[in-house]
Amino acid sequence: MEFGLSEEQRLLQDSLTGYLGEHATLDHVRRFADGKDGRARELAQGLAELGVTALTIDETYGGVGLGALDACVVAEALGYHVAPVPFVASSVVVPRALQIAGSNAQQREWLPKIATGEVVIGAALSESAGARGDAGVRASGGKLSGTSRFVLDYEADAYLVGDVSGGLHLVAVDAHGIKQKRFETVDRTRPIGELVFDDTPAEALPKADKTVHATLLDHARVVLAADTVGAAQAMLDKAVAYAKERQQFGRVIASFQAVKHMCAEMAAELEPTRAFAWYAAHALDEIPDEAKRTACHLKAHASEVGQFVARTATEVHGGMGFTDLLGLHYWFKRIGFNRQLLGSPERLREEAASCL
Amino acid sequence: MDLSFGPEYEHFRGEVRQFIDDHRHLAPTLSDLRHKSLLDWQRLLIDKGYTARSVPKEYGGAGQTPDILKSHIIGEEFSRARLSTGLGGQGISMLVPTLLALGSQAQKQRFIAPTISGEMIWCQGYSEPGAGSDLANLSTSAILDGDEWVVNGQKIWTSTAHMADWIFCLVRTEPDAPKHKGISFLLFDMKTPGIEVRPLVDMTMNHNFNEVFFTDVRVPKDQIVGERGDGWKVANTILMNERDTLADPNQAQSRLNGLIELMKNETVDGVRIIDKPEFRDRLMRLQGRVLANRFNDLRNLSNRLSGTMDGLLAQMIVKLQGTELRHELEAMAIDVLGETGLAYNDGAQPRDLGGWQFQYMFFLGLIIGGGTSQIQKNIISERGLGMPREPRPQAA
Repeated sequence: MEFGLSEEQRLLQDSLTGYLGEHATLDHVRRFADGKDGRARELAQGLAELGVTALTIDETYGGVGLGALDACVVAEALGYHVAPVPFVASSVVVPRALQIAGSNAQQREWLPKIATGEVVIGAALSESAGARGDAGVRASGGKLSGTSRFVLDYEADAYLVGDVSGGLHLVAVDAHGIKQKRFETVDRTRPIGELVFDDTPAEALPKADKTVHATLLDHARVVLAADTVGAAQAMLDKAVAYAKERQQFGRVIASFQAVKHMCAEMAAELEPTRAFAWYAAHALDEIPDEAKRTACHLKAHASEVGQFVARTATEVHGGMGFTDLLGLHYWFKRIGFNRQLLGSPERLREEAASCL
Repeated sequence: MDLSFGPEYEHFRGEVRQFIDDHRHLAPTLSDLRHKSLLDWQRLLIDKGYTARSVPKEYGGAGQTPDILKSHIIGEEFSRARLSTGLGGQGISMLVPTLLALGSQAQKQRFIAPTISGEMIWCQGYSEPGAGSDLANLSTSAILDGDEWVVNGQKIWTSTAHMADWIFCLVRTEPDAPKHKGISFLLFDMKTPGIEVRPLVDMTMNHNFNEVFFTDVRVPKDQIVGERGDGWKVANTILMNERDTLADPNQAQSRLNGLIELMKNETVDGVRIIDKPEFRDRLMRLQGRVLANRFNDLRNLSNRLSGTMDGLLAQMIVKLQGTELRHELEAMAIDVLGETGLAYNDGAQPRDLGGWQFQYMFFLGLIIGGGTSQIQKNIISERGLGMPREPRPQAA
């Protein structure tokens, strides 16, 4: 019995933390957020060399062949550094979709390119977790029409698009009748946007159905929650470090119980959430009966804990936490962003309740 | 990640289940600590190695090699069957491990066997009116007079003192030493002249706690565990264990299951509570927290198995999180029941058999007892996050 990360997973964690610590600095995040670093190609390529893009892809297609818990480890590290790189769609959802619902030809064509980082494929699936307004894509005769909003890993080379009947399709960015509109969000570390299709040619994944949609949602939700756990851990670490330096009334504020208890409460909420993320990720691969319920519960719970930590850690920083100087808000906004994507807590809890 | 226990342990689990099936009719249903059925059940469990498992045979235990997974499986299976894994109480859970670690040969031989068999009931004399969270501030004194300690002072929150045969007690023996270094750990008979026990009824209207007064209580000199002045260290060898047993996540899971059953059965205006969105959402929030605590518990189990110090924080938060969660869970059941939830000690109401009101108050007691939530937060921030202690006020 071993509950936790394996030796290999710890090594992965260490190598990512080392790399991101050096290359995904706050300066870099700022440059990206200000639109001065395009698609952060260099950082993404560096991560690809560490195996991030190939992580969950089968070895037959040039991948590393690892599982959901490994993806969770990566997501935690990316969240910790608010890394401005595609991951949830291009390295988790899309490879998973191709591997469970794609044809051999589709797998052969796309998986090796995704593994090397040569191609980034976004995912237009948000309507499976609640369509806003008139959103929804219909497929007919190999063509797509309609709108998909909040497309993940936006500004990609191609997209995986879910339709309202459970189909999944690959669409090129320059396909006929496609219109793209980026959505300026509070979190500027990861772009999302809208895709509008009008008789747009698309290539269907032959084995797609609503069950596959649900599985993809489970995976995406666990990864988003793990990103929140990482970001929240970074905020707690920063709050504790700041409190140990900042002096008021002749002593460091970390010696005031009011401040200590805020930090203790953050740690007390965050530690079980990390164990929860590991378990939910493990369940995706190994305990299928529990996968949906734990994924829903995890993302709801991590979102609530994340919101609490984001607010509390900012408060520990006092006025400085509210400024742009420290850049703490990048973590605050990342946590807020993850919370809404593919199901806010109320929706997730309602979905979990359907498993009662 | 490997959540399987392996064939050897699954075999062991099968044995435990078989034992439970074969013997559950013998399990005591009374809570009278002196009842023969309780002592017989305890004997049976010790013989099987299901309780007092790693206590050596020469002291009346099962003499098994400590095995964290087997202990875990025993706990799980007995809890699933809603049976007790033998007697608890502070003598068994706290004094016996302390004596095994630090007691003299004579003390081990004299006290351990009758304690684990349930014949010798103990109470714990730690807290005092002026020494609660600041336990080391205790002032009950013991002065050596020839071959005897003479004890004077008062203890409070002393569970089961009115039933106890003996007490293990922290007393100040070195009044001039710094407060943590002047304490000693004494054992004495509750029938010794000069001891008065007064009941302290709690808000659940139960009599479990007591106040205990000592007036010139004479205790043989050798009834001290460890050296003079080492009592704080002796007491702290096991204090950490006490906190965690107060917040078992498996019990929280079983209470949650009870709450779900309740919500499926209760109706208002003909609608099941479980179908009311506002209650469902609240239930799901609690379920998420119960799951988080359960997985944290698995992580702690795994860390204990591998002996890693990596999950220190995960361990430190157990009491804080577990007791707060239980309190909220019991509170929700009362709200589910509405006016019916006001029933108390009313055995005729099947819906009240869960004892929701009792547990709601009882867990407030546990939030306060065994180190308050605020003290837990001090521990987490100081030992877990490395934040400095609050500076002590300058002496006037």
